[in-house]
Amino acid sequence: MSKEEVLVVGGGVVGAAIAFGAARAGAPVVLLDEGDIAHRASRGNFGLVWMQSKGSGFPRYARWCRDAVDFWPRLAQELQELAGVDVHLQQPGGFWIGFSDAEMQARAAMLEELKDIGPGIPYEMLDRAELKRRLPAIGPTVAGGSFCPLDGHVNPLKLLHALHAALKALGVRVHAGVEVARVSRRQDGGYAAESRDGRSWHAPRLVLAAGLGNKTLAAQVGLHAPVEPNRGQVLITERLEPFLHHPTNKARQTNEGTVQLGYSIEDVGFDDGTTVSAIEWIARRALATFPVLSEARLVRAWGALRVMTPDGSPIYQESPACPGAYVATSHSGVSLAGTHAYVLGPWMAGLAPAPDDIEAFAGDRYLDPGRSFSHAH
Amino acid sequence: MDADAFDLAIVGAGPAGLSAAIEARAWGLSVALLDEQAAPGGQIYRGVDAASAEARSVLGEDYSAGMELTREFRDSGARHIAGAAVWNVGSDLRIDYLAQGSSHALQARAIVLACGAMERPFPIPGWTLPGVMGAGAAQILYKNAAALPNGPAVLAGCGPLLYLLANQYLQAGVALKAVIDTTRRFDYLRAARHLPGALLGWPDLRKGMRMIANLRRRRVPVYAGAQALAIQGGDHAESIGFIHRGRRLRVDSALILLHQGVVPNTQFSWALRARHRWDESQLCWVPETDEHGQIENTGIYIAGDGRGIVGAKASASQGRLAALAVAAKLGRATPQACRAREQVVRAGLRRQLRIRPLLDALYRPADAHRVPQDDAVVVCRCEEVTAGQVRQYAALGCLGPNQAKTFGRCGMGPCQGRLCGLTVTELIAQARGVPAAEVGYYRIRPPIKPVTLGELAEEN
Amino acid sequence: MHIESVSRRPALFAAQARADASIVTLRFEDQPIRVPAGISVAAALLLHAAAPFRTTPVGAAPRAPYCMMGVCFECLVEIDGRPNRQACLTPVRDGMVIRRQHGASSLPLSRQEEEHGR
Repeated sequence: MSKEEVLVVGGGVVGAAIAFGAARAGAPVVLLDEGDIAHRASRGNFGLVWMQSKGSGFPRYARWCRDAVDFWPRLAQELQELAGVDVHLQQPGGFWIGFSDAEMQARAAMLEELKDIGPGIPYEMLDRAELKRRLPAIGPTVAGGSFCPLDGHVNPLKLLHALHAALKALGVRVHAGVEVARVSRRQDGGYAAESRDGRSWHAPRLVLAAGLGNKTLAAQVGLHAPVEPNRGQVLITERLEPFLHHPTNKARQTNEGTVQLGYSIEDVGFDDGTTVSAIEWIARRALATFPVLSEARLVRAWGALRVMTPDGSPIYQESPACPGAYVATSHSGVSLAGTHAYVLGPWMAGLAPAPDDIEAFAGDRYLDPGRSFSHAH
Repeated sequence: MDADAFDLAIVGAGPAGLSAAIEARAWGLSVALLDEQAAPGGQIYRGVDAASAEARSVLGEDYSAGMELTREFRDSGARHIAGAAVWNVGSDLRIDYLAQGSSHALQARAIVLACGAMERPFPIPGWTLPGVMGAGAAQILYKNAAALPNGPAVLAGCGPLLYLLANQYLQAGVALKAVIDTTRRFDYLRAARHLPGALLGWPDLRKGMRMIANLRRRRVPVYAGAQALAIQGGDHAESIGFIHRGRRLRVDSALILLHQGVVPNTQFSWALRARHRWDESQLCWVPETDEHGQIENTGIYIAGDGRGIVGAKASASQGRLAALAVAAKLGRATPQACRAREQVVRAGLRRQLRIRPLLDALYRPADAHRVPQDDAVVVCRCEEVTAGQVRQYAALGCLGPNQAKTFGRCGMGPCQGRLCGLTVTELIAQARGVPAAEVGYYRIRPPIKPVTLGELAEEN
Repeated sequence: MHIESVSRRPALFAAQARADASIVTLRFEDQPIRVPAGISVAAALLLHAAAPFRTTPVGAAPRAPYCMMGVCFECLVEIDGRPNRQACLTPVRDGMVIRRQHGASSLPLSRQEEEHGR
């Protein structure tokens, strides 16, 4: 059976991972990527490879996240071999930090609900004394936390770099500086993508991984992908000597020694700027968590726009009206990179059957008048 | 939190900022001027009020003229917020600054950014070694601490500041081992085209010529037309090599002072997302403003060298024009009064700008000293990224400086791209074979000056 | 970086003492140095100590002040226990304790205990 060419729109962590997976499985792939000026959610990612508490109330998503954790070491190794880039994956387990008993109780309930998903999502609730034993640097107002041995972190910029270098090594044709304005179904059953400056590409298969651009493009091939921007502001310090060896939900020390601190969750449209109030809030929270950071200098603050769905969970769907056309979106493109590569890639290239219960991720779920959604996380 | 409120907030206490404050106060505006230093004067008039008679004699009349400005400023009634490091200027005209160990804010109805210039980076081999400093840096050392080289010194590069420092050192009795002048005959020829216009700035020209003649008269070894500068040393500067009249020479020195002009300090203008254009005669990014210095309709004005290198006197005129525009905007100056005043200041500004095209042409830094050909030269000092590495990123498809950041951390260190930005823009442009204007610059984000988390959290 | 040979190097700058200057005493790497009030810490070091004054976090490269106006971030030293301070923007103060900055800032966890006592 000859392999059909796959046209992937979007070269962020989601599109690049899917393209990588498809190319690895043997499909010919063409990737269209915007330039330096695009929103580029991938560049603003926090870098967590995170499992605990994902998918509460959505077991299929929890299972999806669980599988992603297991895929990561293989992805990191393949990228090192193929692209020569070390993405600095570390999976030592991660901590969620809580500041009140109420928070702790809610957390415990959520983690208990998720613990038997798939091969299991182990967790421990830690009271203040136990948390302090494991993270000596925590501050006096921390009430406690939870620990999941599956959690970790990675360098998200290196991941993007590695994926693109791997695509090049696999012979994927990447066209940079392309802003796709329109996609459509062709007479021959394949799909076309036209750029704003009038160029076009076509292929039998189409994958839309265009982040915020998916909202418009998906509708053009009969898919519903109601994504909206959601701003996260993040702070990063100067390089510091290592003191934090596990990622936490709002603070992690990178392989370079800088400490990344987060984050806000704001509905402000397409504004990726920073605000003094968020910067100060994140700083206070960071100090409440790790008072020892008081002398650490902030080198940069940035805002990035998450690609947010109404329930915060991904959309992966083959268009019922346009078979061979797919949409893929998730704001956890780093955590889920492995499943995007090894599961979505081959499926969307037509080289593997649809993943179990992939229908759970259909964008149509948002059209159900009987359901309501919240993307709080 | 209640922020202090003013009609006009000014950032920077150099000639542009001080003049803006004086002018604004004359029109009755309430003014706050913030600056990092304890005393006004910026860099050019640094320490002028505390300078000894001897220092003022060494530094010359132009320096002492700053005392008039600082005196007028003190008498103006503007509020001087000294020792303040401004870390954010918001489009809502709120300024956040660090002073006395914590973060403070003030609110204004208009802002003048007068942050001046910095020395252009000089990325040659060995430029990061201890003992290598800017000529401007050495001048600041003298102004701030009456410090002079403890032994023979070598000055290298081009530009008025280099010759000025050389003369000041001679006046102070410093042994100048060599002045390695990279200005070539070709530069003189190119500059000659601008002579007619510059002749109206004759006093400036004459001053420059006298300084160069003085060096020769005092038998300071001057190597004119020097090329291919490179500094040698293990963990400290030891010597500087160069090509002079076809011969490869080397001068030993533990102190090497480099200079190839100054460039606008554009951190705030980029952070505010103002449009910038690449100025091919000054080889730097320049923010786009209206004729009063305003960035579009923001209420934020840029005056002085931060808007393009114009020198101290022109900076002062621009400061006045910005303040005048604010006074008019806030209804404190009638259109007629404004027009009259503006005419006077603009006439002065035109005169002060006459010498510029000649200086830009004459002291244009050599390509090889802006875009290192030697791949081993460190371009990003903070993160130790070399020219060769940046070229590699371009070869991997990196289109601009922001992608270069993601590839190799270039520009992500504490200086926030100040010392590597121009070099990276030009390096990528050269590697891609496109104009610098097409390559763009780093996305600059707050904090514009480093603030500790503790200082942020203890906000007043 | 060999500290002994470094300290034998002469200071790069010298200044004539002003008769009217008030003098402050600092400690640099446990050595006392006397300087006029009002100058920057970077000036004080350049007048009385031997470069380098720091090593970089990435490659441990030796560095010393370059721009003297706060834009290059090469003059970072530890001042009164606070790491990575810009010496050229810090005026000297009597009793100040200055040390070379070796690589990245370290965050002594013991400092946290001190703060609880405040």
